[in-house]
Amino acid sequence: MRRELSDLFVNVGRVENLVEAKALTKHFGSFEAVRGIDVEVRRGEAFGFLGPNGAGKSSTMRMISCVSGRTGGDLKVLGMDPEREGPKIRARLGVVPQLDNLDTELTVRQNLQIYGRYFGMSRQRCREKADELLEFAQLADRADHEVEPLSGGMKRRLTIARSLVNDPELLLLDEPTTGLDPQARHLLWDRLFRLKQDGVTLIITTHYMDEAEQLCDRLVVMDGGRIAAEGSPSELIGRYSTREVLELRFRPGAEKPDLERFAERVEVLPDRLLLYTVDGEQTLATVHEHGVRPVQSLVRRSSLEDVFLRLTGRTLVD
Amino acid sequence: MQTLRASWFGFEKTWTWYRRNWRATAVSGFLTPVLFLVALGLGFGSQVRSTALIGGVPYLQYLAPALAVVTAVQGATFEATYPVLSQFMWQKSFVAMVATPITPAQVLYSQMMWIGSQMLLRSVVFVGVAAVVGAAAGPGILWAVLFATLAGLAFSAPLVAYSATLEKPEAFTNIFRFVMMPMTLFTGAFFPVSQLPQWLLPLVWLTPTWHGIELSRGAAFGTLGLLPALGHVAYLVALIALGMALGVKFFHRRLAT
Repeated sequence: MRRELSDLFVNVGRVENLVEAKALTKHFGSFEAVRGIDVEVRRGEAFGFLGPNGAGKSSTMRMISCVSGRTGGDLKVLGMDPEREGPKIRARLGVVPQLDNLDTELTVRQNLQIYGRYFGMSRQRCREKADELLEFAQLADRADHEVEPLSGGMKRRLTIARSLVNDPELLLLDEPTTGLDPQARHLLWDRLFRLKQDGVTLIITTHYMDEAEQLCDRLVVMDGGRIAAEGSPSELIGRYSTREVLELRFRPGAEKPDLERFAERVEVLPDRLLLYTVDGEQTLATVHEHGVRPVQSLVRRSSLEDVFLRLTGRTLVD
Repeated sequence: MQTLRASWFGFEKTWTWYRRNWRATAVSGFLTPVLFLVALGLGFGSQVRSTALIGGVPYLQYLAPALAVVTAVQGATFEATYPVLSQFMWQKSFVAMVATPITPAQVLYSQMMWIGSQMLLRSVVFVGVAAVVGAAAGPGILWAVLFATLAGLAFSAPLVAYSATLEKPEAFTNIFRFVMMPMTLFTGAFFPVSQLPQWLLPLVWLTPTWHGIELSRGAAFGTLGLLPALGHVAYLVALIALGMALGVKFFHRRLAT
């Protein structure tokens, strides 16, 4: 639905790295939100920025979306410098902000058409594009309803549809599914997969690890304005975690045994021990043999969440 | 050219909104000024003796060209406050716009275009009604459309810039109470400013409403000299230019940092 043959010719000689950042920094007064990051996003991939609140993800996204200027370092988006060619770059980007900023007193269709006009598209083209996107976002039956009373999931779908009005080469999604119910999240993931299939490059920030594992080919974990790790989800799990995790729960306040020798790594939490190991069942059997009696035990696959918590710590960030 | 085009798209959005929601502002925008004209001009005016100080014309005709100006400035004040802050903070439409090729400066221009066109539309309706109820001394009242719009823009341009710096709307109430209200009542619309205490006059001269009223009334009665006219227009244009320059700066700071 998206790419026409003529686009292929237009794009001959196009850049292969859609985003290239070197030693990129962003300061707000004395606060250093981004402290020198190197990032490359390749054409056609889905790239993720993970990190706790305040890690610098959104600041980075705002710089890539050519809305906010950089403090230092180099940044190229679609091969151009945002400082000099912001409007030209933005004409080829799609942006899904963290908080919906739809025109809630207009209809669903009007939101799409007006956004198309912002890109300088003809009214005729805006009408056609709106029809197409209404189908894509499964909102055709709501086309002429006002936006305000729509559910959170529908608004989010509309925001994503709106970001596609200019057939962007690069789509930036800032926490696209935060606050949605599971049905709405899965529907959105489905739509994002389809976009990726169609050749759209995606950049996603999220703090849902399952979302990152579902969607991202490659990701960076950010913490305190820096990049703590980079790789594909499975590479990161391989590098920073083990295949499986054994969770042992003890009675609150009970003394926890020292099990360091039975696992590659043990993490001590208030009433739980996490044993990082290749074979969780085997490790469980071994600790049982040594007389350890937890009130509950659980063997699970290691996930990106384990990597994330290892890299960014368990301290609450507010 | 590019800037004009981009600003026009922003204007189109507000126009689309207006076409759906114009009823919400019809009373305050069109009806209230006419009610004031009828109540004060026709009703109260029937008890007012015409004096040399008001040019020897009926009070209704004295009032009409000036009322066009004060209502335009009032309308522009409202348009420059809550709707602007809302598009930064609540609706966030401005935030959505700058994710497209539109720049923060162009967002500001589109907003000023909108306010100007609204004041123009309202003034046309007001002057039309004024002519029907016999409030026009002659065709000169048509100038009120232009001067009311100009005065409205002159007050709203700096106010739009100010609104772009706010995080909450409380300050607006003070602007309505302590700036807009006295500016409506004491700048010569309802009685000649020569009746005010001398020491107040410099303050009056600072207000865009006074300049607008001088222009509008002078044009309506054919008493406006070229030099004073140029002076008043220059002052209003300077306010618009200053306001827009600040607006560009503050819109950029708010939307693009």
